[in-house]
Amino acid sequence: MDLTTFLIQCLNALQYGLLLFLVASGLTLIFGIMGVINLAHGSFYMIGAYMAYALAPAIESSLGGGFFSVLLVGLVLSVVIGYVLEWAFYSYLYDRDHLQQVLMTYGLILVFEELRSLLVGDDVYGVQIPEILAGSVPLSEVMTYPVYRLFVSALCIALVAGMFYVFARTRLGMMIRAGASNREMVQSLGIDINFLYRVVFAAGFALAAFAGMVAAPVSSVYPGMGNEVLIICFVVVVIGGIGSIQGALVAALLIGFVDTFGKVIVPDAAGVMVYLAMAVILLWKPDGLFKAG
Amino acid sequence: MDNSKAVFVGAVFVALALFPWLGAGSYGIDLVTKIMIYAILALSLELLVGSTGLVCFGQAAFFGIGAYAAVLLSGEEDAASVLWLLPACVLAAALYALAVGALSLRTKGVYFIMVTLAFAQMAYFVVHDTALGGGTDGIYLYFRPGLGEWLVLDDPVTMYLFSLACLIGVFAFLAVLLRSRFGRALAGIKVNEQRMRGTGFTTYPYKLAAFTISGGLAGLGGFLFAVKDGFVNPELMSWHLSGAALVMIILGGLGHLRGALVGAFAFLLLQELFKTEAIFGDFAKHWHLGLGIVIIAAVAFLPRGLVGLPEQLRKRLAGVGAGERGGSLKNPLGEAKS
Repeated sequence: MDLTTFLIQCLNALQYGLLLFLVASGLTLIFGIMGVINLAHGSFYMIGAYMAYALAPAIESSLGGGFFSVLLVGLVLSVVIGYVLEWAFYSYLYDRDHLQQVLMTYGLILVFEELRSLLVGDDVYGVQIPEILAGSVPLSEVMTYPVYRLFVSALCIALVAGMFYVFARTRLGMMIRAGASNREMVQSLGIDINFLYRVVFAAGFALAAFAGMVAAPVSSVYPGMGNEVLIICFVVVVIGGIGSIQGALVAALLIGFVDTFGKVIVPDAAGVMVYLAMAVILLWKPDGLFKAG
Repeated sequence: MDNSKAVFVGAVFVALALFPWLGAGSYGIDLVTKIMIYAILALSLELLVGSTGLVCFGQAAFFGIGAYAAVLLSGEEDAASVLWLLPACVLAAALYALAVGALSLRTKGVYFIMVTLAFAQMAYFVVHDTALGGGTDGIYLYFRPGLGEWLVLDDPVTMYLFSLACLIGVFAFLAVLLRSRFGRALAGIKVNEQRMRGTGFTTYPYKLAAFTISGGLAGLGGFLFAVKDGFVNPELMSWHLSGAALVMIILGGLGHLRGALVGAFAFLLLQELFKTEAIFGDFAKHWHLGLGIVIIAAVAFLPRGLVGLPEQLRKRLAGVGAGERGGSLKNPLGEAKS
């Protein structure tokens, strides 16, 4: 592997890892704070990707502005959907045991997948890369790197920075951190825990959907895409330590690199690498890398 | 198990035994055979989740290993004997379970769920990506194993009765096992592992034994599946099947062997119902939607699963109100939260 190929793979790994983080961060917060195992989180990613595909024509004709207004509208929509979902389904799950949550969110996966099939169909669709970002950057005489992927990485880094800011520096972030380490104490300090839950859930939904929207032009949209992401994100969450945002970031990048380089170095066993890494890490540290609280 | 429950289970098995002679068509025989095989898988998982409190998300791997072993070990020239092939398949799955259990039982709660998933995914990718298991296409079984003229599993009714015998065997084995000292120890571990250790039990070997037995029983299910369909593919090991098995036992009602039985039947019959074009017409191809809604409704209205339904109704009729929440398994992952 020469230096350019190595660099390209690093960029790919970074971009994949950051996208994984966007999905996994919501998953780890929903688990850490509300104690809900949300199997339907992958579906949120899928919903985001399909929004990028399905909303595009309508938004182009009414608002204009192309991909960026799609992102914006999608983001607003997903916050609303997340808020409603929490109210309609998830708020009933908090005092149930984990297996009941598994059962209900499994049911939701089936419902979301079929609604997707009813509304959009079962074909694979491509999503157009916005024109300004359609070019590529030359890395050597023969190799180039698509601008859009760089854009995705940059966007994700900006989001991650914003998230860490909210987390570490704001009152809301403080409440979320407190909620992750001791829910009862937060409640007894008089913080409106139901509101906190709803905000965290809506944010988690929006992050996953946003990841789906920006990933759609690269990966195209296809049935079952949510399930693939779900399992990998659970891997990220447990490697990082449940409820830990820093852990999720480190684990997501780790998985991004392991997966990308696994595919290059041992193509025959690429699928196994991620799970092998997870098994090794959990046997070494049974509570994940960064245990919250 | 008190009398009414024993009568219920007995009646189910008698009804199943008579089913082929009660005007069941070949479609009915095939469907119920499939359900009984999945019921064995669900029972094996019930031993871990409902009886020991270990939530395993990789049960499909043991099922798949049993199935692959059945195909890979039987010859291409003539039919293998059930007498050695069946134990070999069970053993293969149990050995894998022993190895997986030895490692993954070091973790707890949600971490345990994920490690068992990780090992199952590894097994999945081994058969999916290597030449060993024929890759994504899977492999065919050349000859169904049997036992001379005594047991010809090519005949659907014989296959049906053989599966039923296995199901009854597994059920009886688990019922006896759970009443033994070993089973009591598992129940103690489920309720409070710390206290079991305090009373002088080394809990790890008990959990490992339960995990290995569970893997072996799932392997038996896999063997039957391979023999019935004469075909295996990597989907048998996918996490979807592990998830479906979990859904079956939760739907049926955790902590009861008959819950696994009822759950497997309910889950697969519902699936079959929503797939029926005669009832749902064009909508039948969206059968996941109906199934999903039923599952969500089950969580909302049946917190104790289907086997808890009679009691729930009794309470409602007696005016006590069945609003009490939480199944018999109260927060099995409680220790995962700090």
